Amino acid sequence: MMFDPGILFSSVLNGLTTGAVYALIALGLTLIYGVLHIINFAHGASLMLALYAVYMLKERFGMDPYLALPLVVPGMFALGYALQRVIINRASHGKDENILLVTLGISIVMENAALLFFKSDTRTIDTAYTLTTIPIGPAMIALPKLVAFAGALVVSGVLLWIVGKTDLGRAIRAVAKEKHGAKLMGIDVDHVYAMSFGIGLACLGAAACFLLPAYYVNPQVGGGFVLVAFTVVVLGGMGSFGGALIGGLLVGVVESLGGLYLGESLGQIGIFVIFIGVLLFRPQGLFGAKV
Amino acid sequence: MSMSQNSRRQFIAQSAATASALAFPLVAGAQPKAIKIGVLHPVTGALAYSGQQCREGALMAIEDINKSGGIKSLGGAKIEALLGDAQSSPQAGAAEIEKMNEAGVSAVIGAFASAICLATTQAAAKYNLPHVVDVGVADQIVERGLKNTFRFGPGYRKCAEVAVANLHVLNTAAGKPAKTVMIIHEESLFGTGTANLLARELPGYGYDVKEVIKHANPTRDFNNIVLRMKAVNPDIVIPANYYNEYALLVRTMQQQKVTPKAIFSVLGGAASSYKFVKEFPDAANGIIDCNHWFNPKDKRSAELKKRVEAKGLFFSYEVFMAYTGMRLLADAINRAKSVDRAAIIDALNTSTFSDHIMPYGPTQFVNGQNMGAQPLMTQVYKNDIKVIIPRDYREVDAVFPLKA
Repeated sequence: MMFDPGILFSSVLNGLTTGAVYALIALGLTLIYGVLHIINFAHGASLMLALYAVYMLKERFGMDPYLALPLVVPGMFALGYALQRVIINRASHGKDENILLVTLGISIVMENAALLFFKSDTRTIDTAYTLTTIPIGPAMIALPKLVAFAGALVVSGVLLWIVGKTDLGRAIRAVAKEKHGAKLMGIDVDHVYAMSFGIGLACLGAAACFLLPAYYVNPQVGGGFVLVAFTVVVLGGMGSFGGALIGGLLVGVVESLGGLYLGESLGQIGIFVIFIGVLLFRPQGLFGAKV
Repeated sequence: MSMSQNSRRQFIAQSAATASALAFPLVAGAQPKAIKIGVLHPVTGALAYSGQQCREGALMAIEDINKSGGIKSLGGAKIEALLGDAQSSPQAGAAEIEKMNEAGVSAVIGAFASAICLATTQAAAKYNLPHVVDVGVADQIVERGLKNTFRFGPGYRKCAEVAVANLHVLNTAAGKPAKTVMIIHEESLFGTGTANLLARELPGYGYDVKEVIKHANPTRDFNNIVLRMKAVNPDIVIPANYYNEYALLVRTMQQQKVTPKAIFSVLGGAASSYKFVKEFPDAANGIIDCNHWFNPKDKRSAELKKRVEAKGLFFSYEVFMAYTGMRLLADAINRAKSVDRAAIIDALNTSTFSDHIMPYGPTQFVNGQNMGAQPLMTQVYKNDIKVIIPRDYREVDAVFPLKA
């Protein structure tokens, strides 16, 4: 089937907006991997919790999801910091394979707690702008997706700045490269670990605020995103921030065009073909430098 | 005063008698034994909303039956639900049947989704365990010669036939404005089967099926499907999918300003859902559906609806299908006068159950399918769901096509 350029353009734009959110989720994942060298299995469940937080703020207090950013982002940061310090760090006894299981356990607890409190009902919020669309050339883009795109780029920029330019960022990079050396230089490694985990989850908080106006939440919602986020991280290179950003956008566009040409069921084939290709021919990822 | 030897012996004897009576209350025969029924639905996973609605419907029926004196022919025996979770997967559903069989249930009601019902009915057949299918529209469920399987509601072939015939009636009456169709369906047994039936039936009535698109459960984004829809520009869009995807699809169509002459659903997950109408009234308005629906002229429908809503739930088809399915089963147990599985199967086979709110008339099973079962056509009209076809149940006249 051939499509006219207007529809192709719409599909690419749509892919970019979705991809920006993928990138934001992947950034959190790659930061936690880059510093702690653990794969956070609780990433999807944490995103789900953040989405419920945004949902509750809107339903209980009528708070606009975008205005919820200053609450949800620090809230998720605090949750991440506490999780790493109080549970993951203690329960892992310094072994990576333990951390893997601990995060898996946390995700199971989170998902079932959500099931208990919210039931498995799929919930959405309705805002004045939920169905507003903005014409860009021949394409109609939903306003929430456009905001999500811009927001994800801004948050990614802030994250890159934190890691690249601030003392905290330097400490994070130092710990990521050489934990013992950093410790000898007087860096509080446990604190940096927890900060990284906190920032990783804060990214999810931002993603949740941008996602919910155009999306939905249920206790299983994280799974779909996290699979894609893992692909993005591998594609971009484990621990690479620029890679996660470009990888996210790329995966979004591939998924979108795949969906358009092959039908929605097969849309994600493109992503996983790329995934396997990268693993075969460039296992370090497109931008495979560590933090 | 000291107790005499004699009275002490008496005391001990009496205490022993009391103690044994307390320990074995059934010996006294005060209460008939409860009848265990397996209530099996996908209450977690992708289909959890529908599964929980089904469970609620079945439990409300059990509550009603027990309150009105239990199973009369068994001395007022109460029904005891043994809850099971199919976790939205056929394998998990079949595993639950094994557990329920071990626990000694007399029958099972469930399991909502077609793919799950295929597995659970087959697993139950091994133990000659009667299985009432509450929703499961795939016709394969009742076409495999399983003696234990009974479906109260209509299958998807019946629904597709009714839908296409009525589409043609509506279109002809409106001067045939609609010629092209696009079908969007979910990829499991229910959606695929329904879409295949429609794609086969529609050309016979002169409609051009431009495209049939399937999608996964869950699907996060319908923009691409809607963009394809824009390119195809069909007169009629037919969705056959579960609630979440249905809602997202229609909302995306609204965003992308795609307005076909009709959204004509067949077993549409949200098309005749009070939840959808309440949450997205603008998107829902005018949608036509051919689906399970209660008899709107029966007063008990409104009463049940009110009770369900008082629990903070929506009166969705899952609730009333599981509710009536459970009542059908209780009626059969009552006539079987036994909790024996074979006796219950015999009683289901000869069922003429008619004390229900569905537009089916008296029950008559042929090879496990209730022959009177039929879907109704509904349309979302002024933020409510009204029956438009057939005439016997009609509440309002159909609006077709949507745009003048």
